[in-house]
Amino acid sequence: MATQPNIILHAADVHKNFGGLRALSDIDLQIEEGKTHAIIGPNGAGKSTLLNVIIGRIPPSSGAVVFDGQVLTGKAPHEINQLGISRVFQTPEIFVDLPVLHNVMAPAFARRDGAFRVNMLRSVDSETEIREEAEQLLQDVGLYARRFDTSGALSRGDKRRLELAMCLIQRPRLLLLDEPTAGMSRHDTNTTIDLLKKIKSSGMTKVIIEHDMHVVFSLADKISVLAQGRIIASGLPHQIKEDPRVQEAYLGGSVQ
Amino acid sequence: MVSLSRTDLSKLAIFAAIVLTMPIWLAPFGAAYPGLMQKFAIYAIFAIGFNILFGLTGYLSFGHAAFLGVGSYTTVWSFKLLTMDILPAMALAVVVTGIFALVIGYFCLRRTGIYFSILTLAFAQMCYSLAYSVLTPITNGETGLLLAKNDPRVLDALFGASASTDGLPHPTLLGGSISGYTGFYICAVLLIVSFYISQLIFRSPFGLALRGIKSNQTRMSYTGFNTKPYTLAAFVISGMFAGLAGALLSVTDPLAGAERMKWTESGNVVLMTILGGVGTLYGPVVGAWLIKYFENIFSAINTNILHSFLSFLPDGLEQVVVAVLSKFVGEGWHLTLGLLFVLIVVFLPGGLVEGSQRLARWLTGRLKGSGAQPHPHPAE
Amino acid sequence: MNAFLAQLLNGLDKGGAYALIALGLTLVFGTLGVVNFAHGALFMLGCFCAVTFRYLITLETVTIDPENLSPWGTPVEVRTPLVQNWFGDFGAVLVDYSVPISILLAVPAMLVIGIAMERGIIKHFYKRSHAEQILVTFGLAIVLQEIVKSFFGANPIPQPIPSDLRSAADIGVWLGMDPHTLTYPWWRIVYLAFSAVVIGGVFAFLQFTTFGMVVRAGMADRETVGVLGIDIDRRFTIVFGLAAVVAGVAGVMYTPLLAPNYQLGMDFLVLSFVVVVVGGMGSLGGAVAAGFLLGILQSFASMTEVKSLVPGIDQVVIYLVAVVILLVRPRGLMGRRGIMEN
Repeated sequence: MATQPNIILHAADVHKNFGGLRALSDIDLQIEEGKTHAIIGPNGAGKSTLLNVIIGRIPPSSGAVVFDGQVLTGKAPHEINQLGISRVFQTPEIFVDLPVLHNVMAPAFARRDGAFRVNMLRSVDSETEIREEAEQLLQDVGLYARRFDTSGALSRGDKRRLELAMCLIQRPRLLLLDEPTAGMSRHDTNTTIDLLKKIKSSGMTKVIIEHDMHVVFSLADKISVLAQGRIIASGLPHQIKEDPRVQEAYLGGSVQ
Repeated sequence: MVSLSRTDLSKLAIFAAIVLTMPIWLAPFGAAYPGLMQKFAIYAIFAIGFNILFGLTGYLSFGHAAFLGVGSYTTVWSFKLLTMDILPAMALAVVVTGIFALVIGYFCLRRTGIYFSILTLAFAQMCYSLAYSVLTPITNGETGLLLAKNDPRVLDALFGASASTDGLPHPTLLGGSISGYTGFYICAVLLIVSFYISQLIFRSPFGLALRGIKSNQTRMSYTGFNTKPYTLAAFVISGMFAGLAGALLSVTDPLAGAERMKWTESGNVVLMTILGGVGTLYGPVVGAWLIKYFENIFSAINTNILHSFLSFLPDGLEQVVVAVLSKFVGEGWHLTLGLLFVLIVVFLPGGLVEGSQRLARWLTGRLKGSGAQPHPHPAE
Repeated sequence: MNAFLAQLLNGLDKGGAYALIALGLTLVFGTLGVVNFAHGALFMLGCFCAVTFRYLITLETVTIDPENLSPWGTPVEVRTPLVQNWFGDFGAVLVDYSVPISILLAVPAMLVIGIAMERGIIKHFYKRSHAEQILVTFGLAIVLQEIVKSFFGANPIPQPIPSDLRSAADIGVWLGMDPHTLTYPWWRIVYLAFSAVVIGGVFAFLQFTTFGMVVRAGMADRETVGVLGIDIDRRFTIVFGLAAVVAGVAGVMYTPLLAPNYQLGMDFLVLSFVVVVVGGMGSLGGAVAAGFLLGILQSFASMTEVKSLVPGIDQVVIYLVAVVILLVRPRGLMGRRGIMEN
């Protein structure tokens, strides 16, 4: 289409040093609204650091991250989430003592009631709207049958899908996924890809960090390649596949 | 009662029935006198409040006795300055303790884990020391704060309540005396109300957020919850419960002493909650009752009672058994308590409530198990 | 100036006790990762080792001297400690010096108690949360103090200073001042020297033995040491025993300064936690420095001049420092960055 793509997230001129170590330099990353943007790169390239800078977990040494006109740097994690950014972690961060269903419902309350509200007069179970939404999502990720189990008892793959559901119920404008299929079986990986494809059609913007090229090329609209803390290439999947610099730096010859 | 489900309502009804019929079912245990039952109710309120903080958010406070003390002092001051009626006294106590908890919580909640525990402990010890020294004009130091005949009591004077001529005035509820069973029923009703509030919190999205904080604070903040005000709210609510308990201690016995603020008292409420079952609805109540009951019974047992109790044993053996047992009763009952506490923490972290649930599950499991295979296949 | 020096000295012996308790507390926390609320009780048990020893050594025979009549005309009872019967004058010296000698009883006793505690209960809590560690050790502290109470009663039992050390040293003369301007009781000097020796001993042990090296490595990075395949378990037990001994002997020597009762441990526990926090959780040097610092601070705060300026400051100064440190610099004076922050 001819219309100018809407940039929802812009990491502008971001640098990050740890002591003398340069973890990120000259990062200029633009994420288009509604697109799935994958960030790939060899181990130690700075992918997780970049994600942490975006979400405000680590402040950048210089530069700024702007989300929809708002500077994220210096904001607390919950403020960033309230702007519409949710994150799936590399090791699942879930409420291990709580039932699966409540795991998914809690984030919905943060979406509806804001960062803080003493809401004592209704019971969780009487919140039918949120409950139905959570149950629907659990059905989508295949955990409906286990909704009353304590989530700590789930397998690692199930925990990752639960965390995905917890993020999705917030209907974020931007979803950050840190290796969402790591540690999953082939079958689980494929279900997750299908699920993410389904979300794609809902217009949610996603940033994915992933090792699995199968996942990356099934999902990504755009790919950025990170090596030694720099973005060495950015473009459409087929461009990346053919880019000799990428093949040399990361893929060691050719991309399957 | 908008928010309680049917099962919750029936739980509340059962709880209310249990509390209100205490004078009947406690009689066989020799504990059905108002003074003791009041203590049951008061310490149950204290423990319920503590559980809202520790049970839901996981923040272990070692300074809750300070709130108990503040509630007591406020109540006695209300008796001295305003009126002998207990309603304004209790309301004031809850409000003042709430403000106090807000200030202390604001500082303590900047840290988590063990640092939070030590901070609350340091604050409470500070209050305790100050109550004995600089704050003597407010606390009357070691003697404790007492009523006096010539206290101003402006509200009573305003409404021309007759100054009784014989001795000190007694606390009243809307003009009526609150001695004996009336006092107990006031405490009982407030306990039921406290239980109801704790039920509401446990069931509500607010309670879910608090549990989330206990479970995974990182996830909470990345999910958009601002955890600080949540924990602060829990801290203040919990402090207000302690304030109410402190107020009731002074309502039923109008004096206030600094020993209520000592950290062993904070330790006591931790014991009650852990013993009964932290994070459960009934646990703190069960723990408070058990500890107060055994404190009363065990500490009253002396060697004579033991001798008469064990007279069926052969003489030499009896002497030995009595000598050993006497270390655990009477003065030594705290030893029993300490041992019990260690055993619970080691073997039954969920307390007695969880223990009994586990037992029940095990029993039903066995019943089902034996029912499932009524026709064992003979080997072929 | 003299008043200043006097307060400085007064703070030192208390600081010595704080430092010794905090040293063990932080050693246990640093290596075992356990928050030990029963550590104050170990100090208290040490105190009662001295009490027990004195009780045993002063067991006496009562003989009746028919020659010697009291003013009421009854024969006088002559009480002789058994040791004096057995050893004569040497026995009398033993009785006189019961407090320092009881260290000989305290060291093995505390070692056994410490090892039993660690093997029996603490080791099951390495993997459990700090809250649970606090709870179980808190329960243990109650048990220990109640056991002591059931044997020794609730009243403080004063212990005598050996008669040679009851006078005060005229420290002012040493510093070239006029006689009697600055005096300091000999026993406090002994306590100070004693704590310095024990602290030095612990540091030397950690510095110069292989065992100590492993312990220090463990404090710096527990996981790595575990990976090295070193038998951590046995070392943990010994570290806990060592901490118990240090707390115990600190208690033994403190008895003449403060008559011990069963609750003493709780009082010192709160204070020594404050010391550990101020010094920095897991920092041995910090614990020692903060111990002396807070002892001196407390001593200055109890000066009348200071008290009239800020009423009640002597009661709260330590807690105040702890609160400020925790809020402003939670890793304490010398703690490593990141330890227990958040």
